[in-house]
Amino acid sequence: MYRSILAAAAAAVVLAGASGAAMAQEKLKIGFIYVGPVGDHGWSYQHDQGRKAIEKEFGSRVETTFVESVSETDAERPIEQLVRTGHKLIFTTSFGFMNPTVKVAKKYPDVRFEHATGYLREKNLATYAAKFHEGRYIIGQIAGKMTKSNVIGYVGAYPIPEVIAGINSYFLGAQSVNPNVKIKIVWANTWFDPGKESDAAKALLDQGVDIIAQHTDSPAPLQTAEQRGKLGFGQASDMERFAPKAQLTAIIDDWSGYYVSRVRAALDGKWESIDTWGGLDTGMVVMAPYKNMPDDVKKLAQDTEAAIKSGALNPFKCPVLGQDGKEIECKGGKSLSDEQILSMNFYVKGIEDKVPQ
Amino acid sequence: MTLAEAVLLTVITASTPLLIAAIGELLAERAGVLNLGVEGMMAVGAACAFAAAVSLDSTLGGFVAGAGAGMALSLVFAFAVLGVAANQVASGLALTILGLGLSGVIGAPFVGARRDPIAHLSLPGLTDLPFIGRPLFGQDPIVYLSFALAAAMAWFLFRTRGGLTLRAIGEDHASAHALGLPVLKARFLAILFGGACAGLAGAYLSLVYTRFWSPGMTGGRGWIALALVVFAAWRPGRALAGAYLFGLATVLQLHAQAGAIRLPSQLLSAMPYLVTILALVILAARDRRSTGAPASLGIPFVPDR
Repeated sequence: MYRSILAAAAAAVVLAGASGAAMAQEKLKIGFIYVGPVGDHGWSYQHDQGRKAIEKEFGSRVETTFVESVSETDAERPIEQLVRTGHKLIFTTSFGFMNPTVKVAKKYPDVRFEHATGYLREKNLATYAAKFHEGRYIIGQIAGKMTKSNVIGYVGAYPIPEVIAGINSYFLGAQSVNPNVKIKIVWANTWFDPGKESDAAKALLDQGVDIIAQHTDSPAPLQTAEQRGKLGFGQASDMERFAPKAQLTAIIDDWSGYYVSRVRAALDGKWESIDTWGGLDTGMVVMAPYKNMPDDVKKLAQDTEAAIKSGALNPFKCPVLGQDGKEIECKGGKSLSDEQILSMNFYVKGIEDKVPQ
Repeated sequence: MTLAEAVLLTVITASTPLLIAAIGELLAERAGVLNLGVEGMMAVGAACAFAAAVSLDSTLGGFVAGAGAGMALSLVFAFAVLGVAANQVASGLALTILGLGLSGVIGAPFVGARRDPIAHLSLPGLTDLPFIGRPLFGQDPIVYLSFALAAAMAWFLFRTRGGLTLRAIGEDHASAHALGLPVLKARFLAILFGGACAGLAGAYLSLVYTRFWSPGMTGGRGWIALALVVFAAWRPGRALAGAYLFGLATVLQLHAQAGAIRLPSQLLSAMPYLVTILALVILAARDRRSTGAPASLGIPFVPDR
């Protein structure tokens, strides 16, 4: 009796193992962790468009799941949950998910992870990001040309390198066409809170800013600019419908191509832990149509976009001066190295503010 | 427009939803019911208000729908805590989770839609007065309603027989019941009123504050309203002061940043919470009378027949 139970159990285990393997061959389960809601019209929305592109491309060969509005301080649990429910490729799509992702990745070496905008990699953890700062240089030039008060504003989420590099690139772009321009920066200390983002934009506008750029995820700051008859830029996604009169352009993140290529690699058994940093040239960063501006500004923006795409122009071309006016060491030859940009924690010359520590 | 005036206008918009939600919760708690579902009712109110306003092309319709939706959701809570005397903390938390989830479903088809701004009061002569004109005579109707609500609440609680009854029920429901006071009925009405207020506060978020809807847009304001009630020692006047202090600190810290004040932005972001808690705690500490929570707050009542 005892023996036959054991045998049955053993058979069951073998069967389960076999069917598990067969299942894995049939379907790759892919999980996504988003920091905001899918309906934020911005950052998380764009990642979800990428997820949908995967489903469209691979159909029944894959199964995708997403968990939205995951707190950066409590990400380990939902990531691990995805692992336990059989997901073999997991994308975590916010900088703050870095440490939790590394932790879970170390625990489950047979699961592949991809973390957006971070810098820590493992054998089974790849990283990817987009060179948003390329787009920010273009919108900086537009802002520099379009501002009447010579004071431009920036709503930031958190003082992390990704955002700081964006502010610097934006300001360098503005300075390149308007030496008198000044910038005011407000930190919302949240990625997504439409009310607070809107208050931040109002504070900037009330202090004489007439063009708002944002590095938070909802259309609220842009919409506030529209309401006040001022100008602004869409973030992560084309936000024109929220501010048809105010949106000059938008920096759109297009993750579809990258996600599809990574899933293909995983399905073909060619997935490796790599670091990808795509920009305007690879189509990971796309500019929305240039609107609400005179033709000469539009032409300037288009020329700059083309120059960055072809590699002729780098927003962080040397010399880059720090706030104290001293030249930043040029580790990338003609421009700052990727490493320097990805770990940027200083403002460039002309920004009269301090990086919050 | 001077900077101070601009700040004041932003503060009013930021404080109004907090005030409305806090007044509603204050009545429920005075009746002895702790409803932790404010955030959820607010979220559903925001979604329903926006959906109705877009579908009916009526902002007023939106506000009515928002308040109605908050009230409808509070019915679920009322059934749980009054009907079957369930634990109020657990039921309230469940209501928040339910509300946040529901709001996502209700609002999904309306993602990306937008509404025109709400009409503001305009009195020739008065609205154009320097400095006080816009803040006093140029607001949207909900702002005036929020002040009226706070005043009416103070009058009701401390100047009417109904208010006395409600407070007695919140202090000691067993004695109140023994005296023949309608404990369950009063609590039922107080819960519904709290729900309507939370829904209205949510409607203000999606129709006035940002004028678009997105999931999770309440951003924890329901919890702030709950905290305000406690720190305001269950007094409407102090709830009003607390809501505006919080709004003021929120907006001022953003201005401080834009003005490049050399303080860490993380500390500035925490300011509204610190300032509000500190001010209301000092007030409460100076108060010689009971600071107190209604004695029956959070305790289920089962009438012994």
